[in-house]
Amino acid sequence: MLIKRQTDIVPSEITPRALFDSRRDFIRAAGLGVGAALLGAGLSGEARAAGYGGQSLGPLLKSPLSTDEKLNDYKDITSYCNFYEFGTDKSDPSRNAHRMSTRPWTVSIEGMVQKPKTLAIEDVLKLAPLEERIYRLRCVEAWSMVVPWVGLPLSALLKQVEPLGGAKYVEFTTLADPKTMPGVRSAVLDWPYVEGLRIDEAMHPLTLLAVGLYGEVLPNQNGAPMRLVVPWKYGFKSAKSIVKIRFTDKEPLSSWTRAAAREYGFYSNVNPEVDHPRWSQARERRIGEFTKRKTLMFNGYGEQVASLYAGMDLKKHF
Amino acid sequence: MRERGFTPDRLQFAWIWRAVWAACLLPLVLLVAGGLRDALGANPIEYITRATGDWTLRLLLLTLAVTPLRQLTGWHWLVRLRRTLGLYAFFYGCLHLTTYVWLDQFFDWPGIVADIVKRPFVTLGFAAFVLMLPLAITSTNGMIRRLGGRAWQRLHRAVYAVGVLGVAHYWWLVKKDLTEPITYALVLAALFALRLWHGHRMRRTLEVQTA
Repeated sequence: MLIKRQTDIVPSEITPRALFDSRRDFIRAAGLGVGAALLGAGLSGEARAAGYGGQSLGPLLKSPLSTDEKLNDYKDITSYCNFYEFGTDKSDPSRNAHRMSTRPWTVSIEGMVQKPKTLAIEDVLKLAPLEERIYRLRCVEAWSMVVPWVGLPLSALLKQVEPLGGAKYVEFTTLADPKTMPGVRSAVLDWPYVEGLRIDEAMHPLTLLAVGLYGEVLPNQNGAPMRLVVPWKYGFKSAKSIVKIRFTDKEPLSSWTRAAAREYGFYSNVNPEVDHPRWSQARERRIGEFTKRKTLMFNGYGEQVASLYAGMDLKKHF
Repeated sequence: MRERGFTPDRLQFAWIWRAVWAACLLPLVLLVAGGLRDALGANPIEYITRATGDWTLRLLLLTLAVTPLRQLTGWHWLVRLRRTLGLYAFFYGCLHLTTYVWLDQFFDWPGIVADIVKRPFVTLGFAAFVLMLPLAITSTNGMIRRLGGRAWQRLHRAVYAVGVLGVAHYWWLVKKDLTEPITYALVLAALFALRLWHGHRMRRTLEVQTA
């Protein structure tokens, strides 16, 4: 059962339009939440663009996989995002994402599986207890953050459909709605956005299906209602607002690889020794810090994931 | 060419010059104010790099627009604003380079040299800056006299190359959405086209007169 909390809007923050709107959204979402709670459906509501005041996700398991590094601000995490469906500027998603409706939402799991399924977000949330996972996030553009995600292991979702023996990869397709996503109206990338993982990567205990941030429902601009978080890979591998998951025997052609294969490989593991053709990956700027720090191999998760790539030439399979 | 339209007198020109000077300083003032109010977003260093780069390019294009604009309007006095615009382009170029060397790379010289050698977009940007240096140094009246008008003019044609390098530098660094670099490239191309068209028209007029 969900514990709701009032929005904490201080008087000085009331004036901006976005906040005013977000409060109305909250009231509407809270109303829906009560309805959903009565039906026993668990979680409901919309994520908002501005500040705290989102819907709490209730008590969460603390994950031993969390880092104890200093968290980035809620404001920075929610206002500095790459989500090209809402625009290519990093401030576009926080400005535009409120138009996307995340309820109702379903995700279909299909392809080379025994039992294809379509699940509503409410059912996804019941697959495993929600836990908080504080992960480092490294963007291919050489900046990084520390983010307190809330979610469940992606494997809990994938186990629902019993993949066939021949399946080797998982392909993720995300929402592309020209009505609510202004970026989809321009041909910057081939929409919808597609990403892929090898099955062992997708089933890895570190791979998270995130549904929340800072203990609250995931804001739209961060990929609501459900997104991937693959912390040892560059951020763009972590597909946002997922609507379809497909098991396949062929390596999926991800959107960035299709756009520029020389620059964005299928694996895209964080690797300080393999530069992006146009910039070095040796160092990164942690958002909020003045000087750059050294980038860690596999973003610091090598102990857990290096074995996945044993014997592979990571310069070739970048 | 005959004088057409508006020609400011001494006092009016002094005011126009001051207005241009202040307008060129405004982006820097806004940037500093934004920095003091902590209003440059989650990644202020990226913001400053972008803003100084943008204004270098914009002022460079404005500098290059002076001649075609003069030819179109007949306002010959515009030429007297060109030096201010050009020097401001150089000034923002200096800020852009300083931001990169200091705030972005934090004086990591081996890293900077590696960047210039390995990354084509940094190479182009750096080349553009190096090319701007002699133009800025020879911008004084004394230097024009010393070099002689013709040699000075030949040297300052390098500004065309600076424009091309600057646009290419931006084009190459953009990850995907090329709208802005394409816009700059189109403006640059239009300014070059206007020059060619004007040159062609002048030659035709000469031919007609001498025939």
